Amino acid sequence: MKLIILDHYSQASEWAAKYIRNRIIQFNPGPDKYFTLGLPTGSTPLGCYKKLIEYYKNGDLSFKYVKTFNMDEYVGLPRDHPESYHSFMWNNFFKHIDIHPENTHILDGNAADLQAECDAFEEKIKAAGGIELFVGGIGPDGHIAFNEPGSSLVSRTRVKTLAMDTILANARFFDGDLAKVPTMALTVGVGTVMDAREVMILITGAHKAFALYKAIEEGVNHMWTVSAFQQHPRTVFVCDEDATLELKVKTVKYFKGLMLVHNKLVDPLYSIKEKEIEKSQSSKKPYSD
Amino acid sequence: MRGGQGAARAPVIQFTNCRILRGGALLREDLWVRGGRILDPEKLFFEERRVADEQRDCGGCILAPGFIDVQINGGFGVDFSQASEDVGSGVALVARRILSHGVTSFCPTLVTSPLEVYHKVLPQIPVKSGGPHGAGVLGVHLEGPFISREKRGAHPEAHLRSFEADAFQDVLATYGGLDNVRIVTLAPELGHSQEVIRALTALGICVSLGHSVADLGTAEEAVQSGATFITHLFNAMLPFHHRDPGIVGLLTSDRLPAGRHIFYGMIADGIHTNPAALRIAHRAHPKGLVLVTDAVPALGLGNGRHTLGQQEVEVDGLTAYVAGCSVESALEAASLHPAQLLGLEKRKGTLDFGADADFVVLDDSLHVRATYISGELVWQVEEARP
Repeated sequence: MKLIILDHYSQASEWAAKYIRNRIIQFNPGPDKYFTLGLPTGSTPLGCYKKLIEYYKNGDLSFKYVKTFNMDEYVGLPRDHPESYHSFMWNNFFKHIDIHPENTHILDGNAADLQAECDAFEEKIKAAGGIELFVGGIGPDGHIAFNEPGSSLVSRTRVKTLAMDTILANARFFDGDLAKVPTMALTVGVGTVMDAREVMILITGAHKAFALYKAIEEGVNHMWTVSAFQQHPRTVFVCDEDATLELKVKTVKYFKGLMLVHNKLVDPLYSIKEKEIEKSQSSKKPYSD
Repeated sequence: MRGGQGAARAPVIQFTNCRILRGGALLREDLWVRGGRILDPEKLFFEERRVADEQRDCGGCILAPGFIDVQINGGFGVDFSQASEDVGSGVALVARRILSHGVTSFCPTLVTSPLEVYHKVLPQIPVKSGGPHGAGVLGVHLEGPFISREKRGAHPEAHLRSFEADAFQDVLATYGGLDNVRIVTLAPELGHSQEVIRALTALGICVSLGHSVADLGTAEEAVQSGATFITHLFNAMLPFHHRDPGIVGLLTSDRLPAGRHIFYGMIADGIHTNPAALRIAHRAHPKGLVLVTDAVPALGLGNGRHTLGQQEVEVDGLTAYVAGCSVESALEAASLHPAQLLGLEKRKGTLDFGADADFVVLDDSLHVRATYISGELVWQVEEARP
């Protein structure tokens, strides 16, 4: 894995956004070759989404040839409920960028047949050619998406009942009223995310520190489902200092030392504007000297 | 054409780079319009999976619901209380000219007039939707003749009336019918007025109290009978007195029917009401403030100063003297509150999803830069040529 440690939440968000930006631009997506991106919700990725929106507004990045697949959605919450993940994605990302609605995919928690909806989602991912980069977060209980402790590490998209830890963590979005928090959700499986060609996990804040420790310094364990990515060939963990509080000093020093190397992934920072300049310049060459 | 089966195929227009008035606040949001109505872009995205057909950059301006003027006696040389053969042209001229002031709907107002005038004029002012031809006519506001002699203001004394024994029939006979009538201003201290108020309210007509010497008790009774508006607060009524606040006391009365509050019109030209008095009323009851022009035929003739009786008046748009309250409050007083007064707040006076796309583009000084009715540009400022 690559463990990227930045000082503060804002820098971690920015590093992650730059990484995604470079990956998309270097992939050079087009009408026959979409960049498939897996996306999370929650408070952790908000800073990253803001930076990505900024890059779009500056003309440096476009989502025209990007297809997105969200990780999860609550069951039984109306799509236009302010706390649904559809609302989250619309308000925090989709409405600010140039992505076409048909290229976005979010599980429908109000489908008549929930498992059929999950199976169809897996098919859509397959049809899109698999996920190029899956961005995710980690719960305080070490879960990825809603793969709660005890979830199979080879699981696929399915219905899950939420653990009490998760319901407590989400209560703040429902006026602090536990009774209002949905108890079930549709989620991609651990196996689904493992199938992605690359995985990036964002982890910030001291309250996630123990989960990060369990995920990367202990064994692969279905009680801490993020630990499954120890067996993925290409994983990036992006954290702030606070998230590393439970790690060994040795681990932190090692990866901080590697920042010189890892920063080359975001520097130089690419822009679609340069690509256009390159194109127009290359067409001018025949007329020079 | 609004709604209907053609609407789903109508082009979607996205107004970007603007601040819109929604939920009492100015939000940095885009405004989406389709088929003459405000569209919910999230629904469009997730259900229809569509993007906008056209984007229009608003240059950082404010987008507010179109203004609604419920008291305007004429303008640009037109006097609605004149019994001409072609009242319609006069109304149309005013309707077109007020677009540049951001008014998208209005109630042509008739002052106290002889019966012949009502009988001739009223049938010629039908309710009409707005469009490129002009602001929409919501119905007529009849200010008088059932008002107080003492507080008649500029209304002609000879044509004042009081209610006869069969009061409602008297009203019908006076006006010649109540089609096209939206608001009636009367003095509630007149005998039999309570039954008239009840009858008019039952017909869906808004009853307003004004040109009156009523005390608070009479005014409260009138509200209990159905009155919902006060015509130009402070003007043509008894002044506020601490032992009997009169009609002004309705703003803070605790004897109004549950769940209802009173609306009050204010002429925000700084002349009719001292700005300090306007602020007292606004602070006492901000949700009831309705800005009106009470404009007269002199409106718009030349620039700036005109005579109104013995007064010189600077005509400068609806928001001239609402300094001291927030921009959002001022905008709501000119749009949302009059819509609520007339029970139209689902369709007019708001930029909520599903409402009619009647809105104005304003710069930070609240000057109108463009006016839209049903999502169609009906007026815009002429840019100075370099």
